[in-house]
Amino acid sequence: MAKQVMPKRRLEGIGLGVTGACVGLVALLVVTLIAMVVSRGLATFVQNGVDFGAFLTGTTWNPDQVNDAGQPLVGALPMICGSFAVTLLSTAFALPIAIGSAIFVVEIAPGFGRRVFQPLVELLVGIPSVVYGLIGLRVIVAFTRSLAGGTGYGIFSGSIVLAIMILPTVTSLSIDALAAVPNAYREGSYALGCTRWQTVWHVVLKSAMPSLMTAVIMGMTRAFGEALAVQMVVGNAAQVPTSLFTPAATLTSVLTMGMGNTVTGTLQNNVLWSLAMILLVMSLVFILIVHLIGKKGGKVND
Amino acid sequence: MRNAITRRSFLALGGSAVVAVAGLGLVGCGGSSSSSDSSSSDSSSTKQISGSVTAAGSTALQPLVEAAAEQFQDVQPGITVSVQGGGSGQGITQIVQGTVQIGDSDVFAEEKVKDSSDLQKIKDNKVCVVGMGPVVNPDLGITNISMDNLKGIFLGQITNWKDAGGPDQEIVVINRASGSGTRATFESNVLKGEKAPDSFKPQEQDSSGTVASMVAQTPGSISYLAFSYYNDSLTALSVDNVEPKEENVESGDWKIWAYEHMYTAADPDEATQAFVDYMLGDDVQGSLIESNGYIPMSGMKVERDADGNETTK
Repeated sequence: MAKQVMPKRRLEGIGLGVTGACVGLVALLVVTLIAMVVSRGLATFVQNGVDFGAFLTGTTWNPDQVNDAGQPLVGALPMICGSFAVTLLSTAFALPIAIGSAIFVVEIAPGFGRRVFQPLVELLVGIPSVVYGLIGLRVIVAFTRSLAGGTGYGIFSGSIVLAIMILPTVTSLSIDALAAVPNAYREGSYALGCTRWQTVWHVVLKSAMPSLMTAVIMGMTRAFGEALAVQMVVGNAAQVPTSLFTPAATLTSVLTMGMGNTVTGTLQNNVLWSLAMILLVMSLVFILIVHLIGKKGGKVND
Repeated sequence: MRNAITRRSFLALGGSAVVAVAGLGLVGCGGSSSSSDSSSSDSSSTKQISGSVTAAGSTALQPLVEAAAEQFQDVQPGITVSVQGGGSGQGITQIVQGTVQIGDSDVFAEEKVKDSSDLQKIKDNKVCVVGMGPVVNPDLGITNISMDNLKGIFLGQITNWKDAGGPDQEIVVINRASGSGTRATFESNVLKGEKAPDSFKPQEQDSSGTVASMVAQTPGSISYLAFSYYNDSLTALSVDNVEPKEENVESGDWKIWAYEHMYTAADPDEATQAFVDYMLGDDVQGSLIESNGYIPMSGMKVERDADGNETTK
């Protein structure tokens, strides 16, 4: 078996070409996607003449109708408020649990944590979102109804479902954040006579703070963009939320419901792309924050 | 030299990557049709045609088209029919743009497309009728509602069941997504052109299955569904004492129904026409339609035009 081995230089050249092509393909995908969403999203304002300010601050969402001045009723404020409400609330639910279990896994029982707990949590990622939605519909909505009355659909139910969905992301990243704290810090703290809890609270959590913030933002990004599960439990009533227990709508829930029912090129369809554009800009902001924190955190640890 | 990458394995890897990328590209271009006559009738009496047909649109009609496409393979093995969902709006968009051969829709294209030159490009084929009706949570204990009360509820004027023949309980309206075919049918037959005020913001839900389970478990809730989604965990209401039954739709006594349309290009290719003819033929109209919960065109004693005017046949 005389296998012919490639000349080194050619191998290098091909390797560069293949990996470079992969990068090029991904970059092309991102750029074309952004270009498509933005061009369709801007059509609402350019072609259909909707006022951008009115779109962001209007409180009535009814694209099929026009107001007295002949402007279509496409106020996105109810959905923007709804999206931020479920995102913040679900993060508030998930964060303490994620950081608590991360402390246990890293500081108290690393063997059990790495071998059993982390794979178990990561299993949650693989469950399709429609399953979360169905469980939310049958269990969480009924629970919310018995807790607060009303219909049970709303921001509270949506946030609980989302909290479960972002839990693996936030937990995994928190575990990595705590594990990345150099052991010398802990040993130094013990040498000064601190207890384990004092070490965790004053040393480990403090020095892992930038990475923990990254974990939070990544969780928020996922919560902000999740569509199907939220749509099933949030109630989808496009009104500015006044209570956690009344039906509300999010940007994604309105998007998923409307996309198949509108005709491309009409105002009703264009305005959905405008909502998608808001989502895109928001994820961009989230990612920028992560990068800023990453830079700052890098400086602190160096 | 086990770790060195040999030329052969490297090329194999690169080659398969190229094939995968090319495959993706081809899938992206799918939907373009090519129909050409193959050998003339060899075994059966039907002329064998080959080609590919893509039908997309209404999710309400999708199960029937899928079942028919499966049967159609036995009659015309040369024609590949692929069926996609996407919603009525997408069905009409894609047939007007010419990216599919058949656009499925629950509503007349006239309601979605205002440009008359676009309407001239497509041809309507009504394949069956779907009946819809109001459903409520079974704990309410009511079985009948008047059309006026039904209208009042969905206009936001009646908010308590005691004003509509039920117990003293708040009404939870679960509407369908704005622009959905089911909602359009319900609104044109029940609200008859009246619009609910902007202040009335009921919940909305997109899929029929989700609506069914929401109504089943939410006290005081009301929504509407196609007959095929009725089940034991819901109460299907009679309207003005007419029961939601197929024979009542056919006789014209039950008012809430719609045609299911399969739009083709004004001048469809041979394979597309063969499939549409099959949908309208006895193989589908006789058995398949009823077993999937739809109502065949042949039984209808009334008919409607795109403006909603009803006439007796």
